[in-house]
Amino acid sequence: MVNTKVELCGITLDNPVIAASGTFGYGYEFAEIYDINCLGTFSFKGTTFEPRFGNPTPRIAEANAGMLNAVGLQNPGVERVIAEELPKLARVFHKPVMANVSGFSVEEYAEVCRRLDGEAQIGWLEVNISCPNVHGGGMSFGTDPKLAAEVTRTVKAVTTKPVIMKLSPNAADIAEVAKACEEAGADAISLINTLLGMRIDLAKRRPVLANTTGGLSGPAVFPVALRMVWQTSHAVSIPVIGIGGVSSAEDVIEMMLAGATAVEVGAANLVRPTACRDIIDALPATMARYNIDSLSEITGGAKEWEKM
Amino acid sequence: MKESVFTVTYNAAIAENTFRLRLEGDTGAVEKPGQFVNISVENGFLRRPISVCDRDERSLTLIYRAVGRGTRWLSERHAGDALDLLTGLGNGFDLTTAGEKPLLLGGGVGTAPLFWLARRLCAAGAEPFAALGFRTGAEVFYEEEFRALGCRVAIATEDGSRGTKGFVTDIMPEAYSEVFACGPLPMLRAVSHELRTGAQFSLEERMGCGFGACMGCTCETKAGAKRVCKDGPVFRREELPW
Repeated sequence: MVNTKVELCGITLDNPVIAASGTFGYGYEFAEIYDINCLGTFSFKGTTFEPRFGNPTPRIAEANAGMLNAVGLQNPGVERVIAEELPKLARVFHKPVMANVSGFSVEEYAEVCRRLDGEAQIGWLEVNISCPNVHGGGMSFGTDPKLAAEVTRTVKAVTTKPVIMKLSPNAADIAEVAKACEEAGADAISLINTLLGMRIDLAKRRPVLANTTGGLSGPAVFPVALRMVWQTSHAVSIPVIGIGGVSSAEDVIEMMLAGATAVEVGAANLVRPTACRDIIDALPATMARYNIDSLSEITGGAKEWEKM
Repeated sequence: MKESVFTVTYNAAIAENTFRLRLEGDTGAVEKPGQFVNISVENGFLRRPISVCDRDERSLTLIYRAVGRGTRWLSERHAGDALDLLTGLGNGFDLTTAGEKPLLLGGGVGTAPLFWLARRLCAAGAEPFAALGFRTGAEVFYEEEFRALGCRVAIATEDGSRGTKGFVTDIMPEAYSEVFACGPLPMLRAVSHELRTGAQFSLEERMGCGFGACMGCTCETKAGAKRVCKDGPVFRREELPW
């Protein structure tokens, strides 16, 4: 009998599979087709203080082995998330859930976190300082180590819940940003958010996305994400959650060997609604194939080639 | 929503760049005209959303235009090939307010979901009028099929190569009960300005997932942001800001 349990900031997950924010709503669309309590947990849709429509459409584009999105943090705002979405979420998901938080100022991050801090079902706050699709917020906090540290410190001061800083691959050196967050008190790091990209419609000779650019996700980004998990996990001692193109049990194991404590599954949910369940179902046999008894023991288990 | 594998039984062009696909499989989740399916294509990451043109206990009929890589791949499938579908997506049309003389307005491939709707309306004793607009005569499809159901049919083409030269707004009858429209956004807006009755509009938007998870296909309504794929694709005229 293999053991798929892992621990994330003091909370035990039945398995390391976390459905990623922005690809899983508040869970109930997926609960229509499978019991989402099989998940380690999920990170619900990014929450800001005010309601947001997001960017103009079209805001989705196809890419080779992936997709671009420029949704731009559409959400009903923190008050309605608490009043309307969380009670509905609680009916279909009975484990601690991860709250994804975004903002346009340090104060906004703090205010949203302060309000979510009182919600019992929320196990972790995942603070998104890496959204590439909004101006004057999001990613601008995640590409500058000083600003990232400032958001971390401010958020930590208003919550007792573990704080996970979600980082951008669009930073010059993601490990430096991670170190700044760790020093400012972050309990964990999650990475990567999407990579800034673009497509052009040949017939119309204009960008496919109304926002011109969008974030690339899906299997195309997996090697990039894996490399950044590797670099970041070597630079910090707090847990790292690996995100980016994960679509199979093998990908989960590869991310963990690179240094991830847990793994988020994003774009795969959008094309195969049962993706997370399928990955979780495949974990025991895949672990057996690679002689893994306990998943929590393989984090960072990949060793560098010896120098000749 | 249901994910299941269907088998192609027929797939051929019925008009310029326009294909009819018949699939056999579990159609149980497909409940209402106006709903759509989301098809996995081998050469693309995202599924391709296509409205249901007709349905029975064992099969679905879909009509689609081959406009990009994914739909071109789809147009090359043969009888016996398997396709992975998400079915039962979207809210569909509400037939209960249709009245005796519903007016169906189709623009291009947007005509497709109106066929199953027309069949249901005819079966319920209504006398639908189908006003169908296309860019050019070569793209016209299902004129005879709508007539065979018992609908009155009028055709408009932008270049006048078939039917009346102009748009669906040029071939609307004087009197009708409720309007059901599916087509490009400019057509739906133009239609909305012509109407004095209730109407249901099926909107089209670039989708990510097709089942309400990604917030990719959001539209503005009087009641705030709605997801075209999950809260729609059918919206009542009074819900829309235009």
